Amino acid sequence: MPAGLNRALFTVAGAAVAIVLAIAICSVAIVAAGADPLAAFAAFFDFGASARSQSNGIAAFLNRAVPLFIAGLAVAVGFRMNLFNIGVEGQYRLAAICAAYVGSTFTAPKPIQITVIILVAAVVGGLYALIPAVMKVTRGVNEVIATIMLNYIAINLTSYLVRGPFAGQRAEGELTTTTPDLPESAMFPNLNFFFDWFGVLPPTRGGGVWGFLLVAVVLGLVVWVVLERTRFGFDVKASGLNGPAALASGVNPKTMVIAAMVMSGAIAGLIGLPEILGDRGAFNSNFTPGLGFLGIAVALLGRNKPVGIAIAALLFAFLDRAQGALQIAEVPPSVITIIQGVIVLLVVVANEVTNRLALRLEERRAARQLGRNSPVEVGA
Amino acid sequence: MSSDTLDAARPAVELEGITKRFPGVVANHDIRISVRQGTVHAIVGENGAGKSTLMKILYGMQKPDEGTIKVDGKDVSFRSPSDAIDAGIGMVHQHFMLADNFTVLENIVLGAEPTKAGRLDVGAATKRITELAAAHGLRVDPGRLVEDLGVGDRQRVEILKVLYRGARILILDEPTAVLVPQEVDELFQNLRELTAEGLTVIFISHKLDEVLDIADEITVIRRGTTVASVDPHEVTARQLAELMVGSELPTPETRESTVTDTVMLKVSHLTMEADGHRAAPKGMPVERYVDLLREEGRRLLLDDVSFDIHKGEILGLAGVEGNGQSELIEAIMGIRPAHGGIALGEQDLSGWSTLRRREAGIGYIPEDRHRQGLLLEASLWENRVLGHQTRRPARSGIWINRRASRADTWRIIEDYDVRTPGVDTLALALSGGNQQKLIVGREMSGEPLFLIAAHPTRGVDVGAQAAIWDHLREARAAGLAVLLISADLDELIGLSDCIQVIYRGRLVAALDPSDITPERLGGYMTGAIAGTEES
Repeated sequence: MPAGLNRALFTVAGAAVAIVLAIAICSVAIVAAGADPLAAFAAFFDFGASARSQSNGIAAFLNRAVPLFIAGLAVAVGFRMNLFNIGVEGQYRLAAICAAYVGSTFTAPKPIQITVIILVAAVVGGLYALIPAVMKVTRGVNEVIATIMLNYIAINLTSYLVRGPFAGQRAEGELTTTTPDLPESAMFPNLNFFFDWFGVLPPTRGGGVWGFLLVAVVLGLVVWVVLERTRFGFDVKASGLNGPAALASGVNPKTMVIAAMVMSGAIAGLIGLPEILGDRGAFNSNFTPGLGFLGIAVALLGRNKPVGIAIAALLFAFLDRAQGALQIAEVPPSVITIIQGVIVLLVVVANEVTNRLALRLEERRAARQLGRNSPVEVGA
Repeated sequence: MSSDTLDAARPAVELEGITKRFPGVVANHDIRISVRQGTVHAIVGENGAGKSTLMKILYGMQKPDEGTIKVDGKDVSFRSPSDAIDAGIGMVHQHFMLADNFTVLENIVLGAEPTKAGRLDVGAATKRITELAAAHGLRVDPGRLVEDLGVGDRQRVEILKVLYRGARILILDEPTAVLVPQEVDELFQNLRELTAEGLTVIFISHKLDEVLDIADEITVIRRGTTVASVDPHEVTARQLAELMVGSELPTPETRESTVTDTVMLKVSHLTMEADGHRAAPKGMPVERYVDLLREEGRRLLLDDVSFDIHKGEILGLAGVEGNGQSELIEAIMGIRPAHGGIALGEQDLSGWSTLRRREAGIGYIPEDRHRQGLLLEASLWENRVLGHQTRRPARSGIWINRRASRADTWRIIEDYDVRTPGVDTLALALSGGNQQKLIVGREMSGEPLFLIAAHPTRGVDVGAQAAIWDHLREARAAGLAVLLISADLDELIGLSDCIQVIYRGRLVAALDPSDITPERLGGYMTGAIAGTEES
């Protein structure tokens, strides 16, 4: 499939140029902040001196990438049909606390316990995304506004729930509020054996490499298959590329809005689980916020394709991991946020440029193969 | 006030070798026009001949790939419409660009407001507008709200708006499309006064009688290029039409009739309100409800439309664009709700979704293939799947059958002579004619019972046009029922077994194509002949 290969090469080239440019721009920012760019970039690759701290660094890197990947997938499902689900943030927080609470109320064999928790998270996320979908379909409310507003509701609702109805035992002198602890059967086994295979010391901090990584990989595969190979995926693609044409071809836009939004929300529901099931064993007030918003950037960077999103999530996680190392190198860690922002901006621009170039080339190639100089036909 | 005295004047606008390429569509090629100052210069051509592109280039909305533009003898290069306005060119768009909730005055000065101490100087603006209006015989009341104005008044506001910005050259894009005959006369009177004062008018139209009436000079555009410059006193409408259409055009004659007795599509009392669909009260027959709507004075986009199409019959629907054709298509396809019945064979389709109607055997060649017919940024085989997602060979269970879809796309490419490097090529890389052949092939697959063909040969080259006509004829012979909607009257007359004329949402005449001329058909389409119309 040379036509498709051509386009893919263009995409990769564009992203590479964008990242190189981002590094250049960030070097300027780092110099302006009074630090040494070389030291900063060295810090990104500095995983620590001891073997243990290196494996901890790798674990932190992977553990950060998993939720970012899921968040990117959730946003991308909406993006594919021009639906802007900004509400991933609220959906995952609400889903996380509900799943953590429900999981703490019973004890079952490990596979069942974990499956139930995952299902609860997906259902809560999906239902919360159903609200803006129904508002859009029945009343024409813009989903961007609706989901932003629903984010506020969800964020405040979760802080209420974790303090009130879903609050668990708090130890004397403990400052964080938390839901009741999950039973041992709810904890996802870690992947530390992986390190043993290579004869490397396994990581010790933060519960090791979270096993939810595998769920994320499967999820990525499922999303890819659904979007690229099924009828539903075709309808999503058609609606995104050309709404009027999809409508004329018999795709019901209302059904599609609801289906895509709920699917996006259900995936979003899983974002918090790696952390809860892999490390914390409960939803508490230290739960990682902001993953939903980062997911938007990851989806943009990954061009809404699962493979791209995986690469983008790994890149973001790689940058995020360097927080500590940068501080040691005396570089302000906010440099990371600058790099991430600049990369996303540049990639969006590069996408636009390479897309146009690729389309132009494709036209030319088609015209050439048909033995004509220009695609314009002119009568005598 | 004749323009003959201005013969010696230098040209106000000169276009030399203007060429504009777009991917896959007929654009402009080597356009040469010279417009003398103080004249009405008409540019005529069929829909899709490239008139609009040319005007966009002249008004700075698009840049030509090649060629030069001279205004008053000076070379100019416009990057945006404001450059064109600075050069004294103004454009009156076909669709008015006025803010309804502003007064005439506010609309005219919008973007070029005279200010006094930072506030709108109403006095000065009124004075200038009244002067302009008096000088050019354009009567308007500056204080009225635009939403209270009729179409003719709005157009005058648009013209004044352009003059207010100092335009000496006016482009009018299909200005008469929205006007009733009296308003047209008034407009022409205004235009004559403008030219008498030395202004230049470029008048774009495809209505030949009007062009012959108003123009001092006519340039004909066909397939993106200028084919002739003629003097309106020396040509007839017939000759002009031949220049527009070109004599090399294949004739769309259908041979012997293949019409059968079996009714394939039955449309009865189809009615659509302009201001949103409301369900009829329970138990009330549609005819009664339509009467009720009429009594309430509601505007109807489709007004009690009924017709039958038999197996093997092509029903041609003639009408000036915007008289309900699009709405009729959308109602039949189930895209937009309407009252009344639609039956395919024995099945009542009303209330069905678009998807079910398609599955039941309705094919649809949309009027705007880029908007409704194609996913331009998707491959050809994906475009083959579009509209057939739920049917073989595109579907197998919940999956899209990629291999079978690809294979079937190759079949279409071969049978319909689609010129493409392969099935993975993006649709936008194809020329307009090849895109259209792909759509025709797609809509003919899956053995449809009934086909809507809306402007099936618009903007395609002559070869593709002949091929598409052949395919329609073959399908008709095989028993397909076709609703053909076209602005090309020769195509309608040549292909149809029966012609219905739609005017303001109503079917006003049923005609036999074998004894009708384009002139008579035009009379019905503009409401000039059917004297039974209520106003």
